[in-house]
Amino acid sequence: MSRTRIAAVIGKELREFRRNRLLVGSMVVYPALFTALPIATFFAREPSVASASLSNHIGLSLLYMLLIPLVVPATIAGFAIVGEREAGTLEPFLTTPIRPEEILIGKATAIAMPALAIAYGVYGLFLLAVELFAHSFVASAVFHSNQVLAQPVFIPLLTAWSIWVGIAISTRVGDVRVAQQLTVLGSLPPLAITSLMTFGIIKPTLTLAVILAAVLLAVDLAGWRIVTTMFNRERLIIGTTPRHTRRQKATNPH
Amino acid sequence: MNPTGNRGEGVAETPSDGRSEPADPGLTAAGSTAKAVLVVERLSKQFGDRVAVSDVSFTLAAGEVFGFLGPNGAGKTTTVRLLGTLIAPTSGSAVVAGIPLEPENGVEIRQRISIMPENPGLYLRLTVSENLRFFAGLYSLQQPQQRISRALEAVNLSDRANDLCGSLSKGLRQRAGLARALLNDPAILFLDEPTSGLDPAATREVHELIDNLRDRGVTVFLTTHRLDEAERLCDRVAILNTTLRTIGRPSDLRAQLFAASLLVRTKHPLAHPEELFAAITGVQGWQSDDLRTYTLAVTDPEAVAPELTRALVAAGADVLSIGEGRHSLEDVYLELVDEDVEASTR
Repeated sequence: MSRTRIAAVIGKELREFRRNRLLVGSMVVYPALFTALPIATFFAREPSVASASLSNHIGLSLLYMLLIPLVVPATIAGFAIVGEREAGTLEPFLTTPIRPEEILIGKATAIAMPALAIAYGVYGLFLLAVELFAHSFVASAVFHSNQVLAQPVFIPLLTAWSIWVGIAISTRVGDVRVAQQLTVLGSLPPLAITSLMTFGIIKPTLTLAVILAAVLLAVDLAGWRIVTTMFNRERLIIGTTPRHTRRQKATNPH
Repeated sequence: MNPTGNRGEGVAETPSDGRSEPADPGLTAAGSTAKAVLVVERLSKQFGDRVAVSDVSFTLAAGEVFGFLGPNGAGKTTTVRLLGTLIAPTSGSAVVAGIPLEPENGVEIRQRISIMPENPGLYLRLTVSENLRFFAGLYSLQQPQQRISRALEAVNLSDRANDLCGSLSKGLRQRAGLARALLNDPAILFLDEPTSGLDPAATREVHELIDNLRDRGVTVFLTTHRLDEAERLCDRVAILNTTLRTIGRPSDLRAQLFAASLLVRTKHPLAHPEELFAAITGVQGWQSDDLRTYTLAVTDPEAVAPELTRALVAAGADVLSIGEGRHSLEDVYLELVDEDVEASTR
């Protein structure tokens, strides 16, 4: 693999993101939405509230924040391949010596950079706001909850999941909007498990959290390999995989 | 057209319809056989039950401007994609820029060639120079800035380097696409319908650029359905209609398909054209649509013309002009494509 080519893809993608108002807008709107509600309700909390209710509330708020590393990369990743195809830039791009692995790593890294920055940034802001403005009883409960430590671990794992799901869908569908909608849907399953833990349907233990994190990590690491096998130059250009190519299980020339 | 007749002709071809053009080493620039940069042998591509390209064979010499003509759906773009390793052939083989066309050689082949698709596919939110920098990175070029400057100079676009591609006219985008395609100094430059959708002024600019590339010795594989373009720019042309129908220099193709002819125009209809033309040695036949213009099939125009002139004057004809009949590449193209249409309706 060539670092120069990967760096070229990352640089180009980041420049394009910056100048795409729709993407910048969705990077701002979704995080704002998923942060405003928890912060507002925390400020309104009175110290008299029952500790079980407060714990649930903390879980729910942090769950909202976990939507950021899922939804932000999903909106960009859904655009990654099908967006290039719609703009007519995919074919010239594929005529260069770049390998599928390099394209995928370059694009995934470029998506992860703003997504992680936003997710961690917003989480930091949330904690800062709680520390500065929430009642001390509420702030203490937040900083002593298990979720507050789990959050930084799950942010990159969920981001990677969302990116691979998004790119995989983006290589398969023919319309940007469909890709983005399917990607958001496809990125939600890990959140479902987290939700079950948050609401006590599955007992949230440290062991379970570690297992879940390990499984997500394994899936994320396998993600780029799986997506690479789905990445077929011929299918991306023509729209179908030829029968003889499928029979030979040969991907298009790298 | 190739007035000097001195570029890249020393390679044998085998069109699938059997009209073969023998190698002619005497026509190469240095008087010796030019090195082949592209050798295609019986290349075929099928999409499901549909045959896109069948049994195509040809060779392209270094420095040659080669025209690949055919109607819409003839398989021109498919051939370019096959040779550019974007899609895999169903059968057949090729050697592209000295490298066998195999899946494992894809990266190496793409490193040595350039393809400019019909739509130049620039990133419209990036500037011209940012687009080129991105592609310079994809080709892992040394000294990218120098390469970019050189490519922009080659297409006269240096002054627009910092403009967003989205703000450029279609003609300028085509130039930027050409600059991108020149970045890696390709052994073969594939241009797929480079003037499609351009206005006449922009088309002329692109033609001038291709002329410049020819002068710089760049090997160009030009697909087009604009016959005037092919006739003007290409040393040799191939006509494709799923199979390769013919290949050669435009002048040779004309000679191959059409008999030599003389064109006679008179002010009034000739009284007895049958008798007049039958008496002239070397006239093989004649036809007239309006009885004022006569097309004569002749063995040798130069030998027949003087005798014909004398005969016409002797017959009291009011001769307006006598000239050699010229067939354009369009005539060659239509003749072959019409043959295909007739064959398919039989």
